Amino acid sequence: MKYVDEFRDPALIGHAADEIRRLAAIDRQFRIMEVCGGHTHAIYRFGLHELLPSNVELIHGPGCPVCVLPMGRMDAGLSLALEHGAIFTSFGDVMRVPGRNGTPLQHMARGVDVRMVYSPLDALEIARRHPSRHVVFFAIGFETTAPSTALTIVRARALGVPNFSVLSNHVTILPAIKAVLDSPDMRLDGFIGPGHVSTVIGSRPYQFIARHYRKPVVVTGFEPLDLLQGIAMLLRQLREGRAEVENQYARVVSDNGNQPALRALDQVFELRTFFEWRGLGFISQSALKIRAEYAQWDAERRFDVPAIDVADPVAAQCGEVLKGVLKPSQCKLFARECTPERPVGALMVSSEGACAAYYSHL
Amino acid sequence: MCLAIPGQIVSLGPEPHLAVVEISKVRRQVNVDLLQGEALAAGDWVLIHVGFAMTRISDREAVEQLRLLAMLGEDEQAMRELEGYSFDEIR
Amino acid sequence: MLRTTVTFSDPQIEMAHGAGGKATRRLVDTLLAPLLLGIEDRPLGDAAFLDLGRQQIAMTADTFVVRPLTFAGGSIGTLAVHGTVNDLAVSAAVPKALLVTFVLEAGLPGRVLEAEVRAMAEAARNAGVLIVGGDTKVVEHGKADGMYVTTAGVGVADPRAQLSSAAVRAGDRILLSGHIGDHGITVLLARGQLTLDAELRSDTRSVWPLVDRLLDAAGAGVRWMRDPTRGGVATALKELALDTGLGVALEEERIPVRDEVRGVCEILGLDPLHIANEGQFMAVLAPEYAEPALAALRAMPGGEAAAIIGEVRQSPAGGVMASSSYGTSRVVDMLVGDPLPRIC
Repeated sequence: MKYVDEFRDPALIGHAADEIRRLAAIDRQFRIMEVCGGHTHAIYRFGLHELLPSNVELIHGPGCPVCVLPMGRMDAGLSLALEHGAIFTSFGDVMRVPGRNGTPLQHMARGVDVRMVYSPLDALEIARRHPSRHVVFFAIGFETTAPSTALTIVRARALGVPNFSVLSNHVTILPAIKAVLDSPDMRLDGFIGPGHVSTVIGSRPYQFIARHYRKPVVVTGFEPLDLLQGIAMLLRQLREGRAEVENQYARVVSDNGNQPALRALDQVFELRTFFEWRGLGFISQSALKIRAEYAQWDAERRFDVPAIDVADPVAAQCGEVLKGVLKPSQCKLFARECTPERPVGALMVSSEGACAAYYSHL
Repeated sequence: MCLAIPGQIVSLGPEPHLAVVEISKVRRQVNVDLLQGEALAAGDWVLIHVGFAMTRISDREAVEQLRLLAMLGEDEQAMRELEGYSFDEIR
Repeated sequence: MLRTTVTFSDPQIEMAHGAGGKATRRLVDTLLAPLLLGIEDRPLGDAAFLDLGRQQIAMTADTFVVRPLTFAGGSIGTLAVHGTVNDLAVSAAVPKALLVTFVLEAGLPGRVLEAEVRAMAEAARNAGVLIVGGDTKVVEHGKADGMYVTTAGVGVADPRAQLSSAAVRAGDRILLSGHIGDHGITVLLARGQLTLDAELRSDTRSVWPLVDRLLDAAGAGVRWMRDPTRGGVATALKELALDTGLGVALEEERIPVRDEVRGVCEILGLDPLHIANEGQFMAVLAPEYAEPALAALRAMPGGEAAAIIGEVRQSPAGGVMASSSYGTSRVVDMLVGDPLPRIC
């Protein structure tokens, strides 16, 4: 596979790992956070943590949209299927996320019409094929995915599809990073910046991390060579006392991002005043809500979507793990009450959640 | 939110916002609205996420990146020769 | 005296219980096996052997539920025949005869049923087994997804091999008969929800000709066999590791996967090791038999892609690892439920 296999070349991986070892061969710890859940998944999938010297530590960050989704939003989404007979559609990632009365898959087992889609356009297509049923698309994701939802809503309007709406749980990445940086227990040296979010927002928005917080950021791709090169670039910055935003993933990420995507976001969405992030609490200006002119395709306006507040069990330490303050294994419930088969917190549900990734590597 | 995959455009159309891409002998129709304003052609490589083409893939940047990575190996080789295999101190 | 300690406590049955992974194992180990077989903690195999005096008879049962009923390369009927034959084959039993029962949904078109039955008859003929009886029931429209098929298969223990997971040793090699993932991905695409187009066919076939050849070439060295159906290669090997308390080390590069299967898996975030196969088998071989076994299979039509994909090790006890070509490894686990595409 082109643009994939070249970045999995064993010889080049060996050299990159050697370079990291060379750069890290001084008497200090390097604590690096990979923000994005996709990076967490890639690190474990490719076994990259095995190539790092012991003084280079990777801490898993909060960039996992399933992990930060409050359970109450899950219940709200499912209520649309339960109480209004709507067809509930979403990505595979969402299918095993527990609400109070079970996951979407468990609801499907009880006869609720739950369907998995690969693209929001597929959900719109289901609505077109079933004009007598209402189809709700339960949207999750950061800025990588939100433009696709936006364009789907635009298409729904252009085609005049009346039986389709979106329940938006889209969140933005910068407030999550800021929550990590502002955490009093934060002891991070640098950040592996999210690669695909950056194809939309560009590399410029991370400047505040370098300038105000004096931490280096390297926007990085997802193949083994990308991650190793990104880590090497961070180590180089740290050794040289620099704090800059660098772009390792230049083959798809530009400084200014994708203009049509940013326009689509602006056209369809506006920032909510505040939104509750599971584990991180209420964060202002951090989530996307559909604008009034698209009200007909906004599930929150079309239906009386309950604001359900479901608190995590007190013992669950999801927030601290999300912020990188605790390792998954340090949470009291880890591998005891909370396992991938019986998850208590969302970090164990999502395959890219820090806890699930950690657990599967035991 | 991060799973995006490179694919090659096989054909444009049947409508202006659509194209067919191929990834490892698998084909899928994708929406190319996020690339409006760019002149797309069959043979171009794009990054695909949830049924949308997100950006073009720059071959120039990819080649440059691989060149830098290959140089790491050469640098190492050069260093070895310079320092006469006395690596244990810095490794 | 049947023991009846049931520790199954799942509140309801879900799709995950049929997916072939952890939930299935829990259902079998903690409810079905203790009550029906009076067995706890003994490894379960693909067939059971009855000592009827002169001969050891192998028996197996299988149920086939698939949507859609037909797909590139096969249909529920051919899956039923091949699946049952294969369970016997990998138990080192010569497949002899099948009983077939149909649960049919009212409203199923007659020509659809006829096509399935014809396909089954032909599959049985080609596989050299007799279908000797069966039963039919019809249920209301809305149940049975068109049709469900259950089978019972009978075979005769083949003297060329003595299989037992207890015979597996560290150092044994793991042989895989061919490309993985073809069946599961074909069916996934045939459902039409993912709008991906690929030239792919189910691999459903009888593996008996290949197993037969293997037993000829290396029978004395074959310790264990399994067909990696639901749950894929990962689940079958994880079960082996758990049953033996040994470890399995796979070499990722050696596992044959077609480009199309790889492409779909990369797009959807799936792992080929978790995808169902209906025409493959794995064998654990004593080391000195590995090369002759491989050569014998590769010379057979349909065995060209056979490969030695790894070996058994002392550790990690009960675990399966896969190593990459660049010196790292990852833990391979059983599925929790069905393999789900992801976007993250």
